Amino acid sequence: MSEPHTANDGTGADTAGTGEQWDLVLYVTDRSPKCLRAIENLRRACEKDLAGLYTIEIVDLLENPRRAADDQILAVPTVVRRLPAPIRKVVGDLSDGDRLLVGLQLRRSPSQRDDR
Amino acid sequence: MDNTVLTSFTDGALGPDLEKAPTGIPGLDQITGGGLPLGRVTLVAGGAGAGKTLLGLNFLVAGARQYGDPGVLMTFEESAAKVALNVRSLGFDLDELQRSGLLAVLAFRVDPSEMVAVGEFDFEPLFAILDDAIRRVGAKRVVLDTIEVLFGAFGDDTIVRSELSRLMRWLEERGVTVVLTGERGNGSALTRHGIEEYVTDCVIVLDHRVSAEISTRRLRVVKYRGSAHGTNEYPFLISARGVTVLPITSVALNYEASEERISTGIPRLDHMLGGGMFRGSTLMVSGTAGTGKTSLGAHMVNAACARGEQALMVLLEESPEQVLRNMRSIGLDLRPWVEAGLLRIWAARPSAYGLETHLAIFAELIEEKTSSVAVIDGIASLSNGIPSTEVNTEVISIVARKIDLLKSRGITSVITAIGQGEEVSTVAMSSMADTWLLLRNVEANGERNRLLFVLKSRGTAHSNQMREFVLTDHGVELVDVYVGAAGVLAGSARVTQQAAERDEELRIAEELARRRRELHRSVIEREAHLVAVQDQLDAEQTEIKRIDLREGHLVADIEADRSTMAARRWADAVPHNGEPL
Repeated sequence: MSEPHTANDGTGADTAGTGEQWDLVLYVTDRSPKCLRAIENLRRACEKDLAGLYTIEIVDLLENPRRAADDQILAVPTVVRRLPAPIRKVVGDLSDGDRLLVGLQLRRSPSQRDDR
Repeated sequence: MDNTVLTSFTDGALGPDLEKAPTGIPGLDQITGGGLPLGRVTLVAGGAGAGKTLLGLNFLVAGARQYGDPGVLMTFEESAAKVALNVRSLGFDLDELQRSGLLAVLAFRVDPSEMVAVGEFDFEPLFAILDDAIRRVGAKRVVLDTIEVLFGAFGDDTIVRSELSRLMRWLEERGVTVVLTGERGNGSALTRHGIEEYVTDCVIVLDHRVSAEISTRRLRVVKYRGSAHGTNEYPFLISARGVTVLPITSVALNYEASEERISTGIPRLDHMLGGGMFRGSTLMVSGTAGTGKTSLGAHMVNAACARGEQALMVLLEESPEQVLRNMRSIGLDLRPWVEAGLLRIWAARPSAYGLETHLAIFAELIEEKTSSVAVIDGIASLSNGIPSTEVNTEVISIVARKIDLLKSRGITSVITAIGQGEEVSTVAMSSMADTWLLLRNVEANGERNRLLFVLKSRGTAHSNQMREFVLTDHGVELVDVYVGAAGVLAGSARVTQQAAERDEELRIAEELARRRRELHRSVIEREAHLVAVQDQLDAEQTEIKRIDLREGHLVADIEADRSTMAARRWADAVPHNGEPL
């Protein structure tokens, strides 16, 4: 579960309008309902907006607690957007789709181009 | 038998069943009766810069070094490198402790600006990280440095609150002793986010206040369930050896009382004190400016060094060079003692640091080397810059702690304080001193002279006499004052008076001699006179005799003549008086 895996074949449409790759890490612990929900919610959102342009690495912190310390992860589930910069973190089961999109700044529009 | 009773009583007062984890912080373990509650959570609350982190680290470092308790530090405020750097100046080598597996440092940076909370979450990773670190070093102690930053950063404070509460319970179940630090909240709240609600066992509040430009750090144990604890505010210091809390009556008045007397360096003063000061006692010298307080202190250290003992001089008003020069002018050369390493002189204006820092340096000096005698010169300047209303509490407590420190180490001390005799602050300080000498300037006849009294001297039948305190080129000398009809005379008045008395005596002696000579002469004269009179008397008596004799002859002659005549005339017997009948 901790190995990176590509969610699709990388040939999907460029819905974000930039063509850049999205590198996401989802930190979870075990298979708690919260975490399972988060995995599902994240995949759904990515498929919708970033088909073919994203990778999601799922890290189980119970298996690898040092990774939490190294990556500064205190809460689960946490999604970290490693690319494109800057790093963004979204904590929670991602049940609120709109807030997830805002948090990851996943849905990019010209007005949202410039990250803070 | 007595000991057993005493011990059990003490234990009872401190909670017999409560085990403690010693903090290794001098003073704090005393106040808390042994340390923080073992296996429980203690909250250390305080404002920014109050020393919360240091207290926590001190707890960890002491645990690792002294008590064989490895620890985990989880900090949310700074990077691990920065934490290590910050505490290096206190002699805490975190890297070394980490290398030897006695400490794990976990640093987290929580930046609310890069974080968004969407939906439910928990702090399982935090638990996992802590669990891993605790296992790795076998930790018995955990410090969570301002875990409060988690509030706000995760958006949903309800979850944070319940997760933290779970964390505390979890840590307690693991049996580790935990220190939580918390930022002081506004108003009556101990912490900004009310994390004290998870802490039921022990709460310590730190305070860093600046009063009259002098900073003092205070510590108070607000709560300690199941244990007696000191409830006062205690000053605490951050020094080169970590945190020190100074319970004001730390030594609980259990100093040893030596019977040994040591010389003050002034023989007549020793005599006035019944043979010198008791070793380990405190002598306070008060007096107005220029009454010779420093000189008296210098005598004391000089005498100690001459005996081959270590001495310490703390100068709060003058520089060492100044004092060395001034003392040489009265014949006390202290420099050789400094060069021989027997005498240490530390000069510092107390206003240069906070009072606590001042005290900390003092405490270090005391501990660095065992001095037998210490002189603190010019204690009143501790109060420089403090409004007079606050002088008493602040300064007196500092002085009290200094005296405590000295006494607990059996150091004989001389404290000099400027003051007009028996004013309030001096009196308050004097209660801590065993012997109180008062030096007073007496102004008369256009000059000032120094008088010395022993106001009190515990455990000593001391002289009630005033002495004149004379600074000569061979040190201080005590001279009897002249007590006469005109009151106490000192200085040139005493000299004048003595001279006048000598003159008077001389005059009387001369007068008597003169009188004697006169009388003697008179006697001779009168004796001569007496001889003359006697001679005259004799002559006159002789004359009388001669006259008597002649008179008898004359009568006989006349009788004879008359009979011859009568016979011739045939005269009858003549009646009396020779008148014819």
